[in-house]
Amino acid sequence: MALLTIKNLHASVAGKEILRGIDLTVNTGEVHAIMGPNGSGKSTLAQVLAGRDLYQVTDGQVLYDGKDLLNMPPEERAQEGIFMAFQYPVEIPGVSNMYFLKAALNTIRKRRGLEELDAMDFLTLVKEKLALVEMDPAFLNRPVNAGFSGGEKKRNEIFQMAVLEPRLAILDETDSGLDIDALKIVANGVNQLRTRDRAMIVVTHYQRLLNYIVPDYVHVLANGRIVKSGDKNLALELDQSGYAGLEEAVTA
Amino acid sequence: MTRIEPIRQDAARRFAELGFPTTRDEDWRFTNVSPIARTQFSAAPSDLSGWGEGQLEQRLVPYEGGPRLVFINGRYSPELSSLKLAWGIRATPLREANGAVEAHLARYADYQDRAFVALNTANFKDGACIQIPKGTVVEGPIHLVFLASGGDVPVISHPRNLVVIGSGSQATVVESYIGHGAKYFTNAVTEIVAGERSVVDHYKLQEEDERSFHVATLQVQLGRDANFSTHSISLGGGLVRNDINAVLAEGTEATVNGLYLPSGSQHVDNHTMIDHARPHGTSHELYKGILSGASAAVFNGKIIVRAGAQKTDAKQTNKNLVLSEDATINTKPELQIHADDVRCTHGATIGQLDQEAIFYLQSRGIGKEQARDLLTYAFARDVIDRIKVEPLRARLEKIVLERLHANRN
Repeated sequence: MALLTIKNLHASVAGKEILRGIDLTVNTGEVHAIMGPNGSGKSTLAQVLAGRDLYQVTDGQVLYDGKDLLNMPPEERAQEGIFMAFQYPVEIPGVSNMYFLKAALNTIRKRRGLEELDAMDFLTLVKEKLALVEMDPAFLNRPVNAGFSGGEKKRNEIFQMAVLEPRLAILDETDSGLDIDALKIVANGVNQLRTRDRAMIVVTHYQRLLNYIVPDYVHVLANGRIVKSGDKNLALELDQSGYAGLEEAVTA
Repeated sequence: MTRIEPIRQDAARRFAELGFPTTRDEDWRFTNVSPIARTQFSAAPSDLSGWGEGQLEQRLVPYEGGPRLVFINGRYSPELSSLKLAWGIRATPLREANGAVEAHLARYADYQDRAFVALNTANFKDGACIQIPKGTVVEGPIHLVFLASGGDVPVISHPRNLVVIGSGSQATVVESYIGHGAKYFTNAVTEIVAGERSVVDHYKLQEEDERSFHVATLQVQLGRDANFSTHSISLGGGLVRNDINAVLAEGTEATVNGLYLPSGSQHVDNHTMIDHARPHGTSHELYKGILSGASAAVFNGKIIVRAGAQKTDAKQTNKNLVLSEDATINTKPELQIHADDVRCTHGATIGQLDQEAIFYLQSRGIGKEQARDLLTYAFARDVIDRIKVEPLRARLEKIVLERLHANRN
């Protein structure tokens, strides 16, 4: 079943066009990797799907679960089951992880017609999910991302994802800045969330992450368009040859 | 209280000479008190006119249990007060205080150069007098509640408080100003004298009516190795000015924190002066403001390090969150350092809510308005969390959250 259908998506930031006609269909159960050089529009695509208003969509359509995604505010997208793991998670001093995540989860549960979790049930749930990314429960009482190392921030994203149980997860360069141990922990957390009714879009610059999160499809983005699609072997090819050839092909 | 009479006369004379300050005075540059100067005030009635009974009880909830002195428009109300105190501690209305207080009363707050102190000194009717002998630990806070109600004509009251804490003693004093009704003016002065090695926590929660004037001076005289903290929370009042002056002795530690949340057309001015008169003193100052509507706020933090006050460690921070384009903040650190082996730092920030953080919260399903509230509350939290009196902190949390909702609508 098509969970996400992107048709001819164009988007700009401050008048500069970044996405120049993206077409992509993601079905439930699939993992799609989006690769491409810096400035190709990978992160813009992720941010546009999450609803960041810094970007203006100038043309095209995005259907999520049959609904017009672009008309929804970001919180509604999240409530409908979209989750983006940020490339640069934001530090929020003064708001504890625990409070933040409980507020988020209960908003989403309400939307899904589920009962809100009380403090005890919530704690049981988060402790189980923390183990998934090998994080210490003490971290729940710390302010969101404040003073976290790069690796902790990324693990926190995957932890949040595990708690919120999205239907469509978008990982925006989750591998950037991670050492190999942290990368394995993050990938392991992600893999445990792979199910038949959930889809993932993994945005990455490097093939390395895809050794651990093995995609069903790989798309190469250059200059705001998907210039090549294939299976996981395409990522390996790119690792050998680099992006240079692809960019030339487009700009020529 | 015969010895105070010449002082009162002197203060009256001084006020006649000084008059109300104007914006030409450096200390009043951003706060125009001409609305006060222009108003003809009458003496305030000492009854509860204007207060519905349930209304009043509800407002007094955070101040239940333990000793409580309640004043109505500056006059003591025995009916609303409760003087449950351990032996040796005296908490009385000033009018009933013993002669010992005369050694302290009006000896610290400067009525020679500060017009509102002079006005209060010349005119006060009553206030609280707390005397704690040496070596005494007072469990729980002592509450001083000042109820004000404006009627058909503008009224004025001058609460005057004296807190004398003996050496090695420990106490918590909460001043609360609660107002209701049309135009009135509260002009309060509190003097605290803390002995050597004493530990004193002071709080002031100001919830005056938004049409009122509120001017308050806190003068603190600290003994050697004393540990003092004050938290000044400004919520109400139309035109508000707080002056806090703390004089430190050798080895004294002082914490001076504040939170102000002006909205609508409120104007809140906080002036603090921390006087490191002797060596080895430490002061921490954190003032935070959240401004909305067309409100205005002023922060002026003066730190004086006197010659010879070596090893002084003073830190001052003022942070402002401006939620509206129409709000105005003027912030100024003022350091006067006359010693060479000291550490003094200061910093002021003025900012808006972080758009990235709002989006981050939204992307997790939290609505935009709730996200803004969460971040705004988080900003105020590091002052609120430092309040050790639980009912007071609970009250403040509730008010701040209500404020956030009101600002939104």
